[in-house]
Amino acid sequence: MSGILNSSIGRKFAMALSALFLMFFILQHFAINILSVFSPDLFNEVSHFMGTNPLVQFALQPVLIFGVVFHFVMGFILEIKNTKARQISYAKNNGAANSTWMSRNMIWSGGFILVFLIIHFIDFWIPELNVKYVQGDMSGQLPNGDFRYYEELVHKFVPIWRVALYCLGFVFLSLHLLHGFDSAFQSVGANNKYTRGIKGLGKAYAILIPLGFIFIAVFHHFNH
Amino acid sequence: MNLTLKIWRQKNANDKGKMVDYKINDVSPDMSFLEMLDVLNDQLINEGDEPVAFDHDCREGICGMCSLYINGEAHGPDRGITTCQLHMRKFKDGDTIYIEPFRAKAFPVIKDLVVDRSAFDRIQHAGGFISVNTSGNTIDANAIPVNKHDADDAFSAATCIGCGACVATCKNSSAMLFVGAKVSQFALLPQGKVEATDRVLNMVKQMDDEGFGNCTNTGACEVECPKGISLENIARMNSEYIKASLKG
Repeated sequence: MSGILNSSIGRKFAMALSALFLMFFILQHFAINILSVFSPDLFNEVSHFMGTNPLVQFALQPVLIFGVVFHFVMGFILEIKNTKARQISYAKNNGAANSTWMSRNMIWSGGFILVFLIIHFIDFWIPELNVKYVQGDMSGQLPNGDFRYYEELVHKFVPIWRVALYCLGFVFLSLHLLHGFDSAFQSVGANNKYTRGIKGLGKAYAILIPLGFIFIAVFHHFNH
Repeated sequence: MNLTLKIWRQKNANDKGKMVDYKINDVSPDMSFLEMLDVLNDQLINEGDEPVAFDHDCREGICGMCSLYINGEAHGPDRGITTCQLHMRKFKDGDTIYIEPFRAKAFPVIKDLVVDRSAFDRIQHAGGFISVNTSGNTIDANAIPVNKHDADDAFSAATCIGCGACVATCKNSSAMLFVGAKVSQFALLPQGKVEATDRVLNMVKQMDDEGFGNCTNTGACEVECPKGISLENIARMNSEYIKASLKG
């Protein structure tokens, strides 16, 4: 087993596992966020639970951070290695003849998602850490005693530029997932009678989940 | 047909190389692509120029020797064929055709369009075989039952001719379709299962040592493969490799 992460297949396998983990995280993130559209109270309660539960905060959150960092770092490492594997480019290359744009440009869609993620962290995650762990306010409440989560979410989506930025970020997420979803299954060795179903599920996931996030941002922009 | 050819010319492995334009007239649509290059070379020799070096052998799509990246695709714009099976009727009068060698760090150019694909041989030497006892008591292969599905998949994998189109096509210069096919053709059969663990570990190690890139599942290799080798073989190699690594 030694050196498995130094092998091409081992790295690809690890990349796929982190991708599957992140896709599961995005699904649960969406499931919580969509509550803000249907039930602000429930959204507040679930957000407070996720934001203050020690298991979520000190066990799952570090795993998530590791998963995100690992996926990006390994993605860039593999890209550098792959670029080195062809030192002279073709004078004419017709990539569109045999593969999708999404599959050939994962590094670009991934790069834009990274930019979006940094903005998202500055926007939501770092202020959240500041309130809870710097200021020490774990109540999750506004001065009037109401939960702050829904109010903060709606407030964030008032400026149109932020809504546009989030929509763009989710378009890139969709492009990334359109190849990434079934690619992850192929990388872990699952190419069998279920592959057609996985591809269909992947397309549905890659379109519906980002579209759902876009809907949430637009909904709150027009209903604040 | 009258054509303009843009061909990669490189004197030797150390030369920098460049694309050179050639005009060729009265090309028959019934010629194969290689025959068209033969005509060009006659023309160049008659003009006192150095003919274009290119790989070829059987010229019937079996040996995998002819390579060439034609108009941005390995073996040209047709599907399920090698370059020797590509015909000029696929092109139009007045076309400009780009002809380049297969590009990969692991396939260095020897001269013009000829590349060194011995990296594939070294991967095969690392494990692409079965050790058969030839003491005289060897069991007849046909005496060992194999289910039809596995036999068909193993046969399909074994049709890989090792031409290198997968590497040339892949944006990462990955050899995983080739290695996946070679691993699969043995892993699916009882005779191959005995050495399956060492085989996949050794072949993948050699593949990595040769400097091929990593597969990102674009599927381009499967589309351009003249023998239609399926991506299933890469998935099978991935799972074989992970199982073998965990086993030690």
